[in-house]
Amino acid sequence: MYQYDEFDQQLIDERVAQFRGQVRRFLDGGIPEEEFKQLRLRNGLYMQRHAHMLRVAIPYGLFTSRQLRTFAHIARTYDRGFGHFTTRQNIQYNWPELEDVPDILADLAGVQMHAIQTSGNSVRNITSDHLAGVTADELEDPRPYCEILRQWSTLHPEFSWLPRKFKIAVTGSSVDRTASLLHDIGLQLVDNDAGERGFRVLVGGGMGRTPVIGKVIREFLPLVHMLSYVEAILRTYNLLGRRDNIHKARIKILVNQLGIDEFRDLVEKEWERIRDGALKLDRSGIERIRAHFAPPPYAPVSGDDLDFSRRLATNPMFAAWVKQNTRDHKVPGYRIVIVSLKAPGVPPGDMDADQMDALATLADDYSFGQLRATHDQNLVLADVEIRNLYRLWQELARAKLAAANIGTLNDMICCPGLDFCSLANAGSIPIARQINEKFDELDYLYDLGEIQLKMSGCMNACGHHHVGHIGILGVDKKGEEWYQITLGGSAGYDAALGDRLGAAIEKERVAGVIGQVLQVYLELRQEDERFIDTYRRVGIAPFKERVYADNSTPEYRTGRLAATA
Amino acid sequence: MRIIRRRNIEQDDWRQLPESAAGAEVLDMLVGERVIVPLSALQRNAEAILCRTAPTGVLLRPADDVRELEPLLDRLCLVAIEFPAFNEGRGYSQARVLRQHYRFGGEIRALGDVSRDKLAFMERCGFDAFVLRPGESPEAALEAFTEISLRYQPAADAAPTIGDQRAAPGA
Repeated sequence: MYQYDEFDQQLIDERVAQFRGQVRRFLDGGIPEEEFKQLRLRNGLYMQRHAHMLRVAIPYGLFTSRQLRTFAHIARTYDRGFGHFTTRQNIQYNWPELEDVPDILADLAGVQMHAIQTSGNSVRNITSDHLAGVTADELEDPRPYCEILRQWSTLHPEFSWLPRKFKIAVTGSSVDRTASLLHDIGLQLVDNDAGERGFRVLVGGGMGRTPVIGKVIREFLPLVHMLSYVEAILRTYNLLGRRDNIHKARIKILVNQLGIDEFRDLVEKEWERIRDGALKLDRSGIERIRAHFAPPPYAPVSGDDLDFSRRLATNPMFAAWVKQNTRDHKVPGYRIVIVSLKAPGVPPGDMDADQMDALATLADDYSFGQLRATHDQNLVLADVEIRNLYRLWQELARAKLAAANIGTLNDMICCPGLDFCSLANAGSIPIARQINEKFDELDYLYDLGEIQLKMSGCMNACGHHHVGHIGILGVDKKGEEWYQITLGGSAGYDAALGDRLGAAIEKERVAGVIGQVLQVYLELRQEDERFIDTYRRVGIAPFKERVYADNSTPEYRTGRLAATA
Repeated sequence: MRIIRRRNIEQDDWRQLPESAAGAEVLDMLVGERVIVPLSALQRNAEAILCRTAPTGVLLRPADDVRELEPLLDRLCLVAIEFPAFNEGRGYSQARVLRQHYRFGGEIRALGDVSRDKLAFMERCGFDAFVLRPGESPEAALEAFTEISLRYQPAADAAPTIGDQRAAPGA
C-alpha cells in the first residue's frame, strides 16, 4: 500500500501544528465561533448532539494493522473505548474533547493518517472498491488513481470553499462496489475501442434529500488527463454552483439545472485550456504510485486443502461463515474474508478497542498486515490462505467478529441517527436492533438470500436508504419518530432509487412491516431469484397491498397518517 | 489603511468607489487618484474609465462573470475580489482564471471577510494583496503564509509542488 515519503509526512505534520494553533486561538477568543467551525470541519471535527465527533479518513478504505492499533489507542485514550466505521471508508469517534483533538491528529500523523477534509465543503475522502486488487472481475486496481486524487485534493487552495461537499469514487471492476453512480464524480476504469485504458466519467450523482443518479459527462478520458478533467469539473462547479440554499448547492442540482449537455460544454471548454498543463499526468508518475500497490508475496496453492474440506463438511457453523462471509480470490489457495461489524445487538459499524487490537493481530497473522473498510460498514481481510480459514474463524469468533451474516438482511447499513447525530429526525440504531431481534434465525436469513437493507435517520441519507433493496428513512412527525419504507433501490452499475411503499409507519411496526414485505417476496420468488430481482419483476403493488391492507382503517386512508406519504 | 501586499505590510491609497459614485463627473474630480470601480460601472462607462491616466482597478463580486473582464484586463492595474462572507469560495476560482487563463499581471487583492486562516490558499490562487477585515492584525496574519510549507497540486503560484520536489535531482 501507499507509504508516505518525507514530503507527505511533513505536510500532515504541519497541518497538525496549524490546527493546534487554530484551536489555541479559538479557545483564547481569537477566532469567532462560526469561523472556527469551518476550520475544524476541514479537519474532520464536528459538533454533534452530545459532544464533538472526529471523522478520520481511511483513504480508499485501505489500512494496516499498525493503523488499526492506533485506532484502538485513540478509542481508549480519548474516547469511550470504541469507534464507528462509516459508509465512506472513514472511522468516527463520538466523544473526543476539543482540547485533545490536536493530540489525536498527531497520533494519527505518526501512522500516516489524517482527518483532513473528512467534512466541510471540500473534496472529501476518495473512496474505492474494498475488494480492489483481489478479484477476478477487475480490469485494473483503481487505488493508485485514488492516491493520485488524494494528493491532488489535499489542501487544494481553490476547492476548499466549495458550495457544498464533494465526493469522488473510483472503480476498476465489472461489479461496482463503490456506488460510483451516486457520487459527485464517479470514475470508472474502462478500455476504449482502440484498446486504450481510461475512465468513463460520471457527474452529478448523489443521495441526500434529492437523490440523483450520475450522468455520463465523458465516455472516455485518457488516464493522463484524470486530474485536469476533475479540476475542470470542480472549477465550473465552484463558479456556478448555488450558494444561496444549502439544499440546492450540490453539483447534481447544477447539472440538472443546466442540463448535462450544457454542463459538459462548460467543462470541456475549461478543460481545453488546462488539459496539457501542469496537471497532466506522466506515465512514469502513474507507475511510481502504482508500484506502491503491488500484490503481496502470495504463495499460490493448487488443489483442495483436505483439512479445510473436512471442516466444511463437518462444521455447519464454519461452513455457513465461509459461505456468507468469504469471497473468491483471484489467487488460487486464497479467499477474501469479510469481517462482520453487524453482530446482533451492536450498532452497525461499531467496534471496540479490544476487537481492534485482536483484529490487528489477525491481520498480521493471516493477511499480510492489511485491512480494508467497506462502504457497507464491515472490514475485510483480503488475502487469507484457505488452509488458515478455520483458525481465523475461531479467533474471529472469540473477538465476536464472526457473525455469519454478510449480504443478509442483518448486514444493514445504518447511520448513527438520533442517538448521536444532530441532524437526525429519528433513531436508526434502535430500528437496527428491532430488526436484529425479529430476524434472529440464521436459516431464515440465509433462505432470504442477498438483501441490502439501508437505513437513514433523516433525509440527508447518510445510511443510503434510497439505494437499499429495502430502504428505511426516519422522519419526524410532530415530535414522534416515523419511518418511510422504500423498495427496489440499488447502488451498482444498475443503480436505481427505491420506490416508496406508502405512508410512513410507526416505530413499533418497522420490523413487522419488513416481515410482511419479506413474506410477499418468499411467496412470489421464482427459484433462486434475489429479492431485488423479484421486486423488479413484480413491482411494488403486491408489497403495498400486503402492508397497507391490514391497516385500511379510515384513519389510515384519510387521516394524518396517510398525509405523511 | 494598512494592507498586506506581497507578504509585506504597506499603506494603501487606493480609493474604492461605490456603484453610485463611479460616474464620469466623480472620476473627473479624482483625476490623479487610484480608484477601484465595480465591474458594472466599468462596463457602463468603459471608455471614460479606461482612458484615465491614473491607475484604475475593478471590483469583482462573487456572482460576476470573470470572463467579462478579459477584454478589459490590459488596461487595468488591479482587480479586487470581494468575499462578502467567510464561506464564499468563488473568488478563488476567479483569481486563478485571471492569473492562469488571462495572464493578468496586475495586483489581485482580496477584500471583505478576509482573515488570517484564508490567506495561504488565497495566495496560491493568485492573490497578492489582502485587505483584512476590521479587527485582524496584519502582523499576526503574516504567520499564515508559512504554516504549510509544501503543496501537492500546481496552482497560480510559482512554488514547486511536492511532485516537482520528488522529481528533482537528489530528491
